[in-house]
Amino acid sequence: MATSRSRDGGAEWQIATVSSVDDESTRVKLFTLDLPDERAKAGFFAGQYYDLRLTAPDGYQAQRSYSITSSPDDPGSIELAIELITDGEVSSYFHEFVEVGDKIELRGPIGGHFTWLPMITKPVLFIAGGSGIAPIMSMLRHHASSNSTAPALLMFSARNEPDILYKDELERMADADQNLALILTLTRGVPDDWRGESRRIDKAMVDQSISQLVGENNLPDRAYVCGGSSFVESIGNYLLDVGMGHNDVRTERFGP
Amino acid sequence: MINNKFFGRRRPEPPRPIPPGQYLEDGFPVLSAGPTPRVDTATWGFSIEIEGNTVGSWSWDALNALPQTDLHTDLHCVTKWSKLDTAWRGVTIDTLLNDAGVEVPTGFVMAHCDGGYTTNVPAADVIDGKGLLVHTYDGEPLAPEHGGPVRLLIPHLYLWKSAKWVRSLKFMDQDSPGFWERYGYHMYGDPWREQRYTGD
Repeated sequence: MATSRSRDGGAEWQIATVSSVDDESTRVKLFTLDLPDERAKAGFFAGQYYDLRLTAPDGYQAQRSYSITSSPDDPGSIELAIELITDGEVSSYFHEFVEVGDKIELRGPIGGHFTWLPMITKPVLFIAGGSGIAPIMSMLRHHASSNSTAPALLMFSARNEPDILYKDELERMADADQNLALILTLTRGVPDDWRGESRRIDKAMVDQSISQLVGENNLPDRAYVCGGSSFVESIGNYLLDVGMGHNDVRTERFGP
Repeated sequence: MINNKFFGRRRPEPPRPIPPGQYLEDGFPVLSAGPTPRVDTATWGFSIEIEGNTVGSWSWDALNALPQTDLHTDLHCVTKWSKLDTAWRGVTIDTLLNDAGVEVPTGFVMAHCDGGYTTNVPAADVIDGKGLLVHTYDGEPLAPEHGGPVRLLIPHLYLWKSAKWVRSLKFMDQDSPGFWERYGYHMYGDPWREQRYTGD
């Protein structure tokens, strides 16, 4: 994949500047990082990630990877959605201390298999669990900004309504774009006026989303599944069960 | 670059040094680029090719009939977690080459897997007890999401080199990038030298 190589291998550590910090939910903050010029020019693909490195005054270092959530249209900066993890040394530092103007060491963009490009015009199914929306958000934003005609459907599972990251933006995108459908599901109780689904994503829900996207007895050309390990494992199995090819199901997993 | 208010949690404190940029993980995270492929041991087979010629092939039963090796080792994943004191059982690549009756190859080797995954390493890194085909983890059959029934284990390199669902090793003269290596991951992948990506 020569095309992806041109935008990866950002092996050199760079220093970015935090230009915005926003609460997205009780446990997730959004950080915008302005990139140095040479990184900005290199661009990235929707779905790629950056490695972040923190260094303590005594030299101790910690690194973590975070997916880019912003669209590649604006390569000068990247947005990251950082979920506060219990005992997470990097996420807790970001939540407690990082402010606009701070410098952060990073390198990237990295990855290339879990990426979506506007040249892909065939139907695509996105399935996200919790903060697994992060790399898919970049893809959906790129889908919208590139006026893609690829039929797309996002099925997004969260615990409670306030945990649905980017809820307003996703609903606006789906309303404005006839090529994007949105199915939200909550697994830990729903508000009175809830119009989405109210259970964990199961085989029936996957079947329903595929029918809605490509009609009965058809399959999407590509699926992107991102979330916790067991979430991705079970949905990956469903997608193989319905007949999707192994290489057409792209996954990204986090958590033990 | 120092982050002044960062001190790190450093919990748990590693009982021995772990490679730079790694943290200790008690669980066993799963990282795969695709879904877990369905693999049936009744039809499973493994083969070794040298310069395009198949020099040996083994069924599930044949693999289990070979001398078995137990290995206790630490694992280091490029996604930053390390897991200490893991227990594996399987067959060394030396045993397979010996069973095939061939001389130890030089050069490089590409692992090929169910699902299409590939990864490349120097031949020297899978011989002399450094590389195994493992089928048992912590006394139990290796779970499918961790590469069962059989994965490659090369624990001195980052874990993406320890290919899950492995079906063949193809020895070759020239090095050639595998799945993640084509996307910019390091051709060798030594965690102690922090060779995560091209250029490291």
